[in-house]
Amino acid sequence: MVGVEDLVHFRYYVSSKTINKLIQVHDRIFCCIAGSLADAQAVTKAAKFQISFHSIQMESPPLVKAAASVLKELCYNNKEELQAGFITAGWDRKKGPQVYTVALGGMLLSQPFTIGGSGSTYIYGYADAKYKPDMSKEECLQFATNALALAMGRDNVSGGVAHLVVITEEGVEHIVIPGDKLPKFHDE
Amino acid sequence: MAAATAMRFGQLSSGSDMAPDWTTKEVSTGTTIMAVEYDGGVVIGADSRTTTGAYIANRVTDKLTPIHDRIFCCRSGSAADTQAIADVVTYQLGFHSIELDEAPLVQTAANLFKASCYRYREELMAGIIVAGWDKRRGGQVYTVPVGGMLVRQPVSVGGSGSTYIYGYMDSNYKPNMTKDQCLRLVSGALSLAMERDGSSGGVVRLAAISETGVDRQVILGNQLPKWSTTGYIPYCLSKGLEIYPTV
Repeated sequence: MVGVEDLVHFRYYVSSKTINKLIQVHDRIFCCIAGSLADAQAVTKAAKFQISFHSIQMESPPLVKAAASVLKELCYNNKEELQAGFITAGWDRKKGPQVYTVALGGMLLSQPFTIGGSGSTYIYGYADAKYKPDMSKEECLQFATNALALAMGRDNVSGGVAHLVVITEEGVEHIVIPGDKLPKFHDE
Repeated sequence: MAAATAMRFGQLSSGSDMAPDWTTKEVSTGTTIMAVEYDGGVVIGADSRTTTGAYIANRVTDKLTPIHDRIFCCRSGSAADTQAIADVVTYQLGFHSIELDEAPLVQTAANLFKASCYRYREELMAGIIVAGWDKRRGGQVYTVPVGGMLVRQPVSVGGSGSTYIYGYMDSNYKPNMTKDQCLRLVSGALSLAMERDGSSGGVVRLAAISETGVDRQVILGNQLPKWSTTGYIPYCLSKGLEIYPTV
């Protein structure tokens, strides 16, 4: 399950409050983007092409690990020019649901859950405390929504609308929560 | 012998990976500190790590410094700067209290900190939380961050590790908590920050200040609250996941 907010800023001008930072790179694989949006969009466009080509050659849906690897190759080989980080998540037949982080320099790491972007520093404590393995879909949705709301409350360059996507074997479900409908915490 | 050593350090220095940075870096209480008001007093807490670069100069530091009988300060930033400021304020407050012939107000202590931190803001690197109890307003927490601002808050966090626990604090703090709930909130938040921030660690030092006095405790590393992410390796083993994924 992937969740992301969507504010884009250039220096301190907010250029968009409604951009979607969840890019679909294949039927059951999504990418959350962070960092320079221009770099991230360029990389995901190239990755989307490579992944669908790979999928056609293999005559089967790609593994999430393969999709994450494609992104990693692009980030690592162009590390001097790029400034973008990704979270790749999805479902495949071999290993089921998976989450991979591709960090700034091109490191690739598999984790049960992960957070990223400038607002993530404020929710490390909350995420460490609240996460437990084997949560249900509803618990995960609540966890992600709360975490996003807390980060958006503290980070001045995060905000706008929260996008959530639930990916399962059956399909993909997209949920959008406007800023004023997010959970409120004591100081608001 | 000393001259030869100094020359070797000189040749290795300036940004080289080979030079130990504890020879050149200033001592810093890169830190996590926290204070919470409750009805009847305050609970304050801090980690215990002092670093010079990558070397931990003191792993059992006491960053909760008494300024007066019922007033404490939590120190973060440069160790030298915060110790010097705390000494100055302790003297000033003690003198003021004798003149007044009664216990000083927490607000007075906070304003003395603010005065020093703001006047010498260019030279200082100090983030301080002042907390205590007085009979006029009960438990109070005032924060004086870098730059010399002063503001009263019901709950305040500071230091390099504080960024990681804003979310946890926002979601878990509620007004009108009891002293035990505050102690649990502070020890939980500090242990989460110490887990993530390289400049915070060691033990958790807590103090509860109220009309009756100051009650100090130490929570050692193995007694800290445990979170499911601290059991990441056992979880991986139980699920057959790779711990160091070979991708």
